[in-house]
Amino acid sequence: MEMSLDLLGNAVVSGLLLGGFYAAVTIGVSISFGMLDIVNIAHPAFIILGSYIAYIGNTVFGIDPILTSVIALPAFYLLGMAVYQIYYLAFERRGQEALRGLAFFFGLLFITEVTLVLVFGVDYRLVDAPYIGASLHLGAVDLPLRLLVPCLVALVLIGGLQAFMTRTFIGRAILAVSQDQLALRLMGANPIRIKRIAFAISIATASLAGAVLIVIQPVEPSIGRDYIGRVFAICVLGGMGSFPGTLVAAMTLGIVESLTATFYGPSWAPAVAFGFLLITLAVRPAGIFGR
Amino acid sequence: MTTDALLEVSDLGKRFGGFVALDAIELIVRNGERVGLIGPNGSGKSTLVNCMCGTMRHEMGSVRFAGQDLDGLSAHERTRLGIARSFQLPRPFNTLSLAENLRIPLLYAVNTRRGTHLTAHAIGERCSELLHMVGLADKATDLPRDLTQIEMRKLELARAMAAAPRLLIADEAMAGLSHTEVDDILALLIRLNEQGVTIILIEHIMRAVMHFSQRLVVLVAGRKIADGDPADVVRDQDVVKAYLGE
Amino acid sequence: MSGAKFVVLLLIAAAAVFAAAWSIGNAYVFFAGYVVLQYIALATAWNILGGYTGYVNFGTAAFFALGAYTTVVLHKLTSLPLPIMMPIGGIVAGIVGLGTGYLTLRLRGAFFSIATLALAVVLQTLITNWDFVGGSRGAYIVRPAKAWLFDMDYINYLFLLMLALVVIVLATARAIERSRLGYGFATIRDDEVAAEASGVPTLRLKLLATTLSGAFMGMAGAPLPYYVTYLDPASGFSLAYAVNGVAMPLVGGTSSWLGPVIGAILLGTLQQVATVTISSALNLLIVGLMLVGFVIVAPNGILGLFQPRAKRAPA
Repeated sequence: MEMSLDLLGNAVVSGLLLGGFYAAVTIGVSISFGMLDIVNIAHPAFIILGSYIAYIGNTVFGIDPILTSVIALPAFYLLGMAVYQIYYLAFERRGQEALRGLAFFFGLLFITEVTLVLVFGVDYRLVDAPYIGASLHLGAVDLPLRLLVPCLVALVLIGGLQAFMTRTFIGRAILAVSQDQLALRLMGANPIRIKRIAFAISIATASLAGAVLIVIQPVEPSIGRDYIGRVFAICVLGGMGSFPGTLVAAMTLGIVESLTATFYGPSWAPAVAFGFLLITLAVRPAGIFGR
Repeated sequence: MTTDALLEVSDLGKRFGGFVALDAIELIVRNGERVGLIGPNGSGKSTLVNCMCGTMRHEMGSVRFAGQDLDGLSAHERTRLGIARSFQLPRPFNTLSLAENLRIPLLYAVNTRRGTHLTAHAIGERCSELLHMVGLADKATDLPRDLTQIEMRKLELARAMAAAPRLLIADEAMAGLSHTEVDDILALLIRLNEQGVTIILIEHIMRAVMHFSQRLVVLVAGRKIADGDPADVVRDQDVVKAYLGE
Repeated sequence: MSGAKFVVLLLIAAAAVFAAAWSIGNAYVFFAGYVVLQYIALATAWNILGGYTGYVNFGTAAFFALGAYTTVVLHKLTSLPLPIMMPIGGIVAGIVGLGTGYLTLRLRGAFFSIATLALAVVLQTLITNWDFVGGSRGAYIVRPAKAWLFDMDYINYLFLLMLALVVIVLATARAIERSRLGYGFATIRDDEVAAEASGVPTLRLKLLATTLSGAFMGMAGAPLPYYVTYLDPASGFSLAYAVNGVAMPLVGGTSSWLGPVIGAILLGTLQQVATVTISSALNLLIVGLMLVGFVIVAPNGILGLFQPRAKRAPA
């Protein structure tokens, strides 16, 4: 195991870029779990769905995968609204979220994975875009575009969401509902409607995250499960609903995973994320930036 | 004469983020006393109870019960030591019948104490007895969801009593009760006290508080502003201004 | 009915089941029956934690596979008989359950559930990288033709062992239900804060439930290598165990020991039939749809549909 500075430098940079991507993957959960207290463990399944839709757009219609995901955004938004409505009527309203709500999302996760297997099979799928395969070279450091572009997309997404949350009425209402539903009601807004919009937004982010995922790596249906541990670990470590916190936590995890992969081999990545999750839960459930 | 303090709360502080819920609370409750605790909504009464009982962790200060420091003890350990409380918003076990709700403290608090072993029969009898005392005897096999709010409060109180505590904290157990029902519960609590149970009564119904309390404590915005003879406390200017009004 | 009488009844039922399978004379009955029995054990084990205390374990496959791979390791290192390997598999899985619980059960249930999901992924990664048990290429176990017991066919012997495990697990589940422990579990499910205030040592009980549940799942997995004769991580950690572990109790009903049995027999037989007639991925999809459907429409499962608005409310 040679500790060359070049190798180290590249591992850290890859980790940072990877972390940006992880933040995009997690941001939906930061909204649904961090702000709305909905334990949507099916979020990675929606992301994989996004990946396959980007794949279809790319291979069947020749459109850039990220552009495909933007086109698909409204569909994901509507899907999110529908899922929340079912969740609210069947579980949240009856106070059954803890067991049955959770099982519901698990069922969705499972159904999505199995359906994708039935439709696409278990082979890895990848997309083709001009920025995959090329790299920027800054001195001794390589910036693979297939990591850089997703990272930039992620930063734009998160920046956009942060602006939305703090500057628009609906965004502020979402922040309010995450803290005090009664106050929101007294202001005349309907918390259920606000939560539905917020949840729909969280699922819409999965469309983009999925496209960005299939740019970074080939995708097959079971990959979603690798991300559950990562996503919730980052969400908790990032302080639940805090977007800047999510970004920092995601990059931290990205760097740790990248260093582990470089010096110990890539197959240990899920173990790193799990270790992260356990440490986070055991030590600091309030996260870095959290409440 | 040695201080017969059963409960000693010293310099207790609790924050929620930036919000100071409790500020340097000092409280001593002597064995056998009947203490009333009053104050506006949001003044920290229930938070104080939560900290004393171990449901919440407090950052500063200490709680001693029967001479023992409670720091680090979980809520169930404190209940086994002899502190029991009813919740301001009732928290019944929804899938268990009323009688079964009362079994739980008997099985897990009373029966775990050294020297106590109630047989199944004795437990059943005690459950009936307790339900009878709060006027719920005919609903023993009903589920909590079939109860009115008032009945649920009575169940809360009965469940706290079932733990055979040395110190019972009744948190707004009488809210919504009729005049006679208040009298009934008061009589019940006084009887309990005569049998040796120390009681802290948290209430808004001033009639009940004045009748019951040997000593009155007033909590406003997380601080104790009065502690003494009930007749004196209700005339205290600060208390009148903060809570009692005209 | 007392616990002892229940065990006797179970033993009689088990004997009847075995005799019935024997009289049909077709080995397939034992093969298919083994799977159903295995699911009864898994579903009941899941319910001891999930149904009784309300803490949801999504990592059934992890504990199950731990049992299976313990057998693989023991098979390579020793010549212990299977009835000894089963409890050892149970102990290994139980310890992992205890560890996971210890790290996560002080927090809200959702974190425990997420941790179990992540655990399954991690364990699968670890086993895939462990060459001693064959890694991703898998391990081969030779199944003897005959067992030492009455010289019966080995598959019949496996069936018998699983039958014995089912008796043990069901007897345990029912004994818990009617005991002080069962009441304690129910209060954790209903209101953990109130349970603590009533003197229930919630953390200790949760750890107990997690350990017991994990151990039984491990024991259910221990005979698997002999059943399949070729075990690789993909099949040991198969999604089928993950979803069935959750779906069977929720479809059957979580409020008593009978629910998981109903769910396991119904879904297990359905899948055995469907695998033969349609693809196995499609039949897993059906299980997933049933899970989601029941959880939305019939939250108390099949048991709940038949129980009148009785003394016991929904679990």
